Amino acid sequence: MMTKDKKLELLNIIARDENLTYAQMALLAGMSEAEVAATIYELEQEGVIVGKHTLINWDKAGQERVVALIELKVTPQYGEGFDRIAERMWQYPQVRSVYLMSGAYDILVEVEGATMKEVALFAAERIAPMDCVVSQNTCFVLRKYKQNGIVYEKDNQDDRQVVL
Amino acid sequence: MAFDINSTLNKTVVDIPPSGIRRFFDIAATMEDVVSLGVGEPDFVTPWHIREAGILSLEKGHTHYTGNAGLMELRKEICNYMNRRFDLKYDAATQVLVSVGGSEAIDAAIRCLVTPGDEVIIPEPAFVCYVPMVQMAGGTPVTIDLKEEDEFRLTAKQLREAITPKTKLLILPFPNNPTGGIMAKEDLEEIAEVLAETNIVVLSDELYAELTYGGEKHVSIANIPGMMERTVVINGLSKAYAMTGWRIGFACGPAPLIKQMIKVHQFGIMSAPTTAQYAAIEALRNGDSDIAMMKEEYDMRRRYIIDGFNKLGLTCFEPKGAFYVFPCIRSTGLTSEEFCTKLLEEQRVAVVPGNAFGASGEGFIRVSYAYSIKNIEKALERIERFMKK
Repeated sequence: MMTKDKKLELLNIIARDENLTYAQMALLAGMSEAEVAATIYELEQEGVIVGKHTLINWDKAGQERVVALIELKVTPQYGEGFDRIAERMWQYPQVRSVYLMSGAYDILVEVEGATMKEVALFAAERIAPMDCVVSQNTCFVLRKYKQNGIVYEKDNQDDRQVVL
Repeated sequence: MAFDINSTLNKTVVDIPPSGIRRFFDIAATMEDVVSLGVGEPDFVTPWHIREAGILSLEKGHTHYTGNAGLMELRKEICNYMNRRFDLKYDAATQVLVSVGGSEAIDAAIRCLVTPGDEVIIPEPAFVCYVPMVQMAGGTPVTIDLKEEDEFRLTAKQLREAITPKTKLLILPFPNNPTGGIMAKEDLEEIAEVLAETNIVVLSDELYAELTYGGEKHVSIANIPGMMERTVVINGLSKAYAMTGWRIGFACGPAPLIKQMIKVHQFGIMSAPTTAQYAAIEALRNGDSDIAMMKEEYDMRRRYIIDGFNKLGLTCFEPKGAFYVFPCIRSTGLTSEEFCTKLLEEQRVAVVPGNAFGASGEGFIRVSYAYSIKNIEKALERIERFMKK
């Protein structure tokens, strides 16, 4: 049985680079390979490790993808609260993320499509007509600078010089 | 008579050989696609809040000299830091000097203590500056060859054998560059016992004090009862906060020594860079979590690289400090220089021959893990190919 600290250490390692092999993770975390495998299995079962995602700069890959953030004010359903609304949103494959927010609006929905028109129509035809939606504000993402802690255009040049 | 500039040069300086590290990297610089594990400084950029403090000081127009010993606010933070992190208590007004990197403080301390004829004990392998600095001060360096079987620690027996009536100063460079070796409390107690019978001063170079691993917290010799009054501790922000380019180090020690060091510093330097001093205040005040983050990252790389070298048959003892491993390459039948030259020529990997850090470094190479895991992995793959040949 791994201690909580060890589990967290392993999670931090995975969060930074999900492409590491179990052997590499074992070395970095100071665990055995078998322990890594068992712990990861356990964390997946517990729903702590939810999924893996590779961050891709689609602009660079030569495929345009339009992303919009839709800010929604909603009326929560009696007895079901915001969760039921969120669930209705995330069912759409176009919806990449759904967040419950504090502040000026209630729910933030990230939508992805091939063109601006496609995304705008999705917002207008699918989201806006929902009974619970009081108001919406669609904002298109023009450029991504940093996402999930990763900077898109980074200078990786090692400019350290030998001084002695 | 024709003027000859060469005949005018200070022979002591002329006779100091050029750095073995530099020579090596001059070759590497002419090559393409070199993977380096050679550089002796953090790969992290200074944390943003610290850089921002430097920028803010410029915006406010803090562009003048500071007092010679450094900003009082910074000296107070240094005292808080030394107390908080290492349980060492100093008086900001009389016992602290802010220097241009640790190196300047080391030089100032040596010049304030060493006079012609004095002997200075320097355990090796060690950072390359001590011997030349002692020579330039007119002193005589007396080196001690540290042994791998002692995990490159200085033993009381070795120290006792090196002491003569002329011994003035002991340099204690731990955690050590290039070996990664440390001195535990018990080791220091034995050293202290030997020193207690003498009039020898200790210069404890603790630039890597924050970077110790495996639950071994750094202990300064100044923590050992009776040693504080004869120890000048050199530390700085370069390694702990990834601030090498800012050039901020400091010396903490007995007031009479610091008073003289301030003279050397004030005539040669005036004061440490003002922008960097303001950034240093922010680092010491709010940077503990930065240290923790970087240390954790180094520790992971350390485990990764030790395993890599041991698998390649280049055994290395487990270094508990700094960010270097010091694998033994004797099994290859090559000297350190031959190994490094061939490795560079055949596989384009740059590491530093151990003998660049003193004769006792022969048979070893210094490998820095202040590099990304990807870079380390690439280098290990190439070294594996090299070893198979």
